[in-house]
Amino acid sequence: MNIDFSTDYLGFKLSTPLVASAGPVTSLPQNLPRLEEFGAGAIVLPSLFAEQIEHEELAVYDFYSEMDEAHAESRSYFPEMDFYNSGRDKYLQNIELAKQSVKIPVFASLNCRAAGQWTREAKRLQDAGADAIEINIYDVVADIERDSRAVELEQVKIIESIRSQVQIPIAVKLGPYYTALPHFARQLADAGANGLVLFNRYLEPEMDLQEMSVQPHLELSRPNEMRLPLRWIAILRDVLPISLAGTSGVHSPGDAIKLIMAGADVVMMTSAMLKMGVDHMESMFLGMKTWMHANEYTSITQMKGSMSRKNCPDPAGFERSNYIKAIVSYV
Amino acid sequence: MAAEGKFITCDGNEAAAEIAFKTNEVVAIYPITPASPMGEWSDAWAAMGKKNLDGIVPKVIELQSEGGAAGTVHGALQAGALSTTFTASQGLLLMIPNMFKIAGELTPTVFHVAARTIATHALSIFGDHSDVMTVRSCGWAMLAATSVQEAHDFALISQIATLRSRVPFVHFFDGFRTSHEVNKIERIPDDVIRALWPMDDVAAHRQRALDPDRPVLRGSAQNPDIFFQAREAANPFYLATPDIVQDAMDRFAGLTGRQYRAFDYYGAPDAERVVVLMGSGAGAAYEAIDALNRAGERVGMIIVRLYRPFDADRFMATLPATTRAIAVLDRTKEPGAAGEPLYQDVAATLYRHWPIVNSQAALPRVIHGRYGLSSKEFTPAMVARILDELQESSPKPEFTIGIVDDVTNLSLSYDADRVSESDQVTRAVFYGLGSDGTVGATKNSAKIIGENTPLHVQGYFVYDSKKSGAITVSHLRFSPQPIQSTYLIQKANFVACHQFQFVDRLDMLELATPGATFLLNSPFSADEVWQQFPVAMQQQLIEKKLKLYVVDAAKVASDAGLAGRINTVMQTCFFALSGILPRDEAIEHIKTAIRKTYSKRGEAVVERNFAAVDGALAALVEVPLPANVVETVQAAVSPIPETTDDFINRITKLLIAGKGELLPVSAMPVDGTFPTGTAQFEKRSIAAEIPIWDPSICIDCGLCSFVCPHAAIRMKLRPSDAAPNGAPESFRDKDWSGKDFAGAKLTIQVAPDDCTGCGVCVDVCPARSKTVAKHKAINMESKWDHLDAERANFEYFLNIPEMPRDQVKADVVKATQLLQPLFEFSGACAGCGETPYLKLLTQLFGDRTMVANATGCSSIYGGNLPTTPWTTNKDGRGPAWANSLFEDNAEFGLGMRLAVEERQYLAIHLLGQLSEQLGEMLVQDVLNARCSNDQEIIEQRARIVTLRERLAKVDSPLARQLEPLVDALVPRSVWIVGGDGWAYDIGFGGLDHVLASGNNVNVLVLDTGVYSNTGGQASKATPRAAAAKFAADGKAARKKDLGMLAVSYGHVYVAQIAMGANPQQTIRAFLEAESYPGPSLLIAYSQCIAHGIDMTTGMTHQKDAVKSGFWPLYRYDPRQARQGGHPFQLDSRKPTIPLKDFVMKEARFAMLARSDAARAQMLLQKAQADINDQFHYYEQMGAIERELCDATAEEV
Repeated sequence: MNIDFSTDYLGFKLSTPLVASAGPVTSLPQNLPRLEEFGAGAIVLPSLFAEQIEHEELAVYDFYSEMDEAHAESRSYFPEMDFYNSGRDKYLQNIELAKQSVKIPVFASLNCRAAGQWTREAKRLQDAGADAIEINIYDVVADIERDSRAVELEQVKIIESIRSQVQIPIAVKLGPYYTALPHFARQLADAGANGLVLFNRYLEPEMDLQEMSVQPHLELSRPNEMRLPLRWIAILRDVLPISLAGTSGVHSPGDAIKLIMAGADVVMMTSAMLKMGVDHMESMFLGMKTWMHANEYTSITQMKGSMSRKNCPDPAGFERSNYIKAIVSYV
Repeated sequence: MAAEGKFITCDGNEAAAEIAFKTNEVVAIYPITPASPMGEWSDAWAAMGKKNLDGIVPKVIELQSEGGAAGTVHGALQAGALSTTFTASQGLLLMIPNMFKIAGELTPTVFHVAARTIATHALSIFGDHSDVMTVRSCGWAMLAATSVQEAHDFALISQIATLRSRVPFVHFFDGFRTSHEVNKIERIPDDVIRALWPMDDVAAHRQRALDPDRPVLRGSAQNPDIFFQAREAANPFYLATPDIVQDAMDRFAGLTGRQYRAFDYYGAPDAERVVVLMGSGAGAAYEAIDALNRAGERVGMIIVRLYRPFDADRFMATLPATTRAIAVLDRTKEPGAAGEPLYQDVAATLYRHWPIVNSQAALPRVIHGRYGLSSKEFTPAMVARILDELQESSPKPEFTIGIVDDVTNLSLSYDADRVSESDQVTRAVFYGLGSDGTVGATKNSAKIIGENTPLHVQGYFVYDSKKSGAITVSHLRFSPQPIQSTYLIQKANFVACHQFQFVDRLDMLELATPGATFLLNSPFSADEVWQQFPVAMQQQLIEKKLKLYVVDAAKVASDAGLAGRINTVMQTCFFALSGILPRDEAIEHIKTAIRKTYSKRGEAVVERNFAAVDGALAALVEVPLPANVVETVQAAVSPIPETTDDFINRITKLLIAGKGELLPVSAMPVDGTFPTGTAQFEKRSIAAEIPIWDPSICIDCGLCSFVCPHAAIRMKLRPSDAAPNGAPESFRDKDWSGKDFAGAKLTIQVAPDDCTGCGVCVDVCPARSKTVAKHKAINMESKWDHLDAERANFEYFLNIPEMPRDQVKADVVKATQLLQPLFEFSGACAGCGETPYLKLLTQLFGDRTMVANATGCSSIYGGNLPTTPWTTNKDGRGPAWANSLFEDNAEFGLGMRLAVEERQYLAIHLLGQLSEQLGEMLVQDVLNARCSNDQEIIEQRARIVTLRERLAKVDSPLARQLEPLVDALVPRSVWIVGGDGWAYDIGFGGLDHVLASGNNVNVLVLDTGVYSNTGGQASKATPRAAAAKFAADGKAARKKDLGMLAVSYGHVYVAQIAMGANPQQTIRAFLEAESYPGPSLLIAYSQCIAHGIDMTTGMTHQKDAVKSGFWPLYRYDPRQARQGGHPFQLDSRKPTIPLKDFVMKEARFAMLARSDAARAQMLLQKAQADINDQFHYYEQMGAIERELCDATAEEV
């Protein structure tokens, strides 16, 4: 039995619904052809963190400026370098290299802070040859004066402004912490987003009790984290006609199948490959194939959304009652 | 560099280096101020693949010394390459042996020299001709440029002339005055160089090259039979050289329009009085001669361009026949000579040739004078005064100008206002700090004016000698005519103050002409600022009717996202007010310059600077001058401590006030000897934030004091029974937690006016509040919130008695910090990694230490006037310090050691002879005293006091002979201190020999891994994969393992230390080194601003240096080898983090990764392999048993 693994995502016909998400795996150019070979339908390059680039630019500026022409004996303390980059040039170059090394679509990922920065950087990514851009919205709102409505509006405006400047598809990678996600998601779609990537995993801080310091720390995802996107994809699939990607906690073929059944057009994966190697992509593909074969599914399209909130036998399972039920069964 | 064949705005170094780079193939370099930038330009151009005229990238190589550079050039020339080097001062002197050889072999080359003072009674980095005059006997032609344009032109003319004549050339121009002056010059297009290029002579040079296909021998040893004749055989080449030079100058003029002559005359054709000089002083002389001739006088000058060979015929042809009196001016001093060199040449020429050329006229009277030593100002008024002197019936035959000589009365007094600058010249002066970008912005302004207007520009920059909080004064002239004014601006149309605190410290308006503009960076608004001015300043503003503008540059910069970077704001205001260009056009040019300068820094930098430009214009406000002065708000001027010391009151305080120019000759020490302990009088108060102690949290560890680079955090104990009489209310103390001084009270005190605000003390403090984790036992807080209280606290603190040395067992951090530091308040960079080691050294042994200090950062922050951080204790004892040279420091220290021992031996010898008169028991006690700790040393000092008393009563020549020697009976601790440039490179041969000698000296290498003082050039201590000047594409070779080279001798105590990583190991190493009765070598990890780290975290950064294996800690103690033990103790654990995790926190590595990722990765992999190998090697060393024979110094 032939199985059609193709799927539509952001307007692209992908050969498989397995996508290597933005992260260390896709940061290494040598991994990209292997990912394609092992069954990846697309690749998302690591995020271009504009804030980081700006920080580095200013740090280099400070480094050169601090002691520039400060003393009679030393005009400076470091050789001037005409050809260095603060990360952006290399990133843009990597897009070009990635496009040359694989045939599958290559998506860029972007994280910015200032409004104008988003559009400027997004345009650069488009010009460098990215097939689509994943907009990585990561805003920790610590200001007590900013309310949720204002924050959401700002984010919608960002998407509108990017849409007005770039022609390639854009997906928005969101965090899960929205009070009314479907409503917000629709606003993003109306603003021009072609898809949503659910969900971003935040770089949560960790405390060092020895140094009494706070350090950013990223834990690799665990399989049970997949349940959060599972719920929201199942809910959104029925109400939004845009692409949906499931990410976070995708480790096994079963995880991927569940997300696709909930309604995901693609599933994205990094942590599992960091743990098990790039060839885990192939294991995923083969595992899905085996399961679909055993269960007589002939295509991804067939199973996509088959267990969405609307299509599943027990829609309440995706809602609050699930929590109540769990407690009840426990006691 | 700008496009070919156009006007460019650059300094003399760049102007000369550009031609040298284009016309040579092997460029051997070594850093020395003020010539370093020529090497830096060459290295940078080679690194970016820039090619010479023949289309190849010249090989630029750094050597270990100037001697090495000269040797390399010599070899390259012998092998047929075109080769050059750049140097100055002592560097040129180190080249002398090779220079004789190169000339003797008639080898064409040009050495480009930024002429600098030779160190005599003191080092000076500034300019005069004492260095080039010293090489005049080497057989080299000498061509002197007077300006930036000439430095460019003569670089080419000398290169052509050397190839044609085969006589090597010194092309020189005045250090700083020309080498660092920015001026608008016309660049020589490449096609002009090619048109003038002597291809046949180049081919002949190559044909003469050593070549095994046609072998010859050079460098033979000759005997009395032929040496003399052979020396004379070269005469024709020297005779031909002046014509060759003139021919090159004429052909150059034909293509460029710029005509030079071996001797150029300027002035009245029928002049009666003439000055003769060379170098930049000609610039000032032009203006004086113009002014005097306009007034109807008949004066002129001869500018000596080709000094060697001295062409007497051309000189006579240049000198007007009407000349009656000549003043020959030398920018050098030759004590004991009949006169300085140029004078002697002119006098001899006149004596021989005048009667022949002008047989009818009397021989002109010739007087001679010295001027401008060490860049002393030389102005048109001085030249006018010299020409006046020639009118006197009995002029001074020998004179000086620019100083007041009240000892030998040689100086000419002069009227400083005698000659004024042209009204066509607009003059602007900018006062700033080294760290605020004022100089850079002024250079940038000069370029904007020079490259976007028909105006000529000149920029010159004056720096003070501090490395932290240095004041800079930038002088900018622009004019429709070329600017030759080679002296500081004396009357300014525009004065800018970029730092408000200068209002109380500097008389900036003294320079302002009536109606001038005064631009002030002020945190006070236009309404508030007036009352902040001192009354004298208010008066000057009113009387001179100055136009006053203020801008809060710090706020504009901060709002633009450039906190602390005020340069763009102030530059914009300058253009807006100066009217050089229409405002909109000026702004456009500034933005173009910003984009050009900063586009490689990134978009954020460009945009923020644009925002600063726009914000500056909006914030610039004119302040209407009130009619009257008002009472000034009391300014927080730092109090200068009172003293009864006459020298300090008469001299040091004047130097500190920046008025050293006023001191006459009689005020000067005749031999360069200055008192120590003077930094305490220089209350610079440069910190914005200072550390404030919270005793409730403190755990008495002493780390804050231990790491303080400026001894501005101090620790003292007050005995429990000592009442805190007179303590300010704000004074804090706490119970001492140690058992050793039970019940004592501890105070940790900041010296608020001496702290640089680096924050290192706070970074290392391990004690945190349990309720607010960011609050430590010491915290940086606004100085202005604490200044009055902390000043009072510090004054009280200073009066608390120091801990008696014999009561402190200084083997742990907190104990060492109870001892008085005798190295304090240096001008080193904030967060300096070197100075804490020196401070610790003085705490441990300072009362008996002699320091031989290699030239470098440590000699500058240690010995650059006006003050020195080396100080004394209450008994007047403290480190005795001297600097000899850069290259000889180990030998210099060895000499000290030998002298100490010889004095001691003689004292012992005499003591034995006087034993009966002085008392057998006392003599035996003195002779047999152990002096291994402070207790025993104090006891010995007491015996010496008794001995002196008894000696005074002994009436014997032997007693008189012994008296000046008895102090030598107390041990001296000789420390040889310097940086890695000295120890690894230029001084290594001597260091190696001194270590091998077995003598009891202690060597402290402050290893920053670069030549820090001259701006971060690579040394052999530079680690692989780090970028540095002269290694712009990353150092390819592994760092030299200096420690293991010393270990290989067996008898040398060696330790590698990093006080921020392991304070205890550092203390132990110091104690072991000092106690070891042979040579000791301490290699101390010293973070430096050239590393590109946050200097606040410099000490904690050292932990990562050790954890990564980048800087393994070890001690090798030969005493252990003599007891059947393991002499090598590896004090570091196996590396726990990869090298990359450590080095990528430093810009010197990270920048390379950004500029050339592949090379950086390759070098880093090798560097990691270095570390793995080195650690493995050290581990094996730790297991090695050695059994070394005891050996005395003599035996070794």
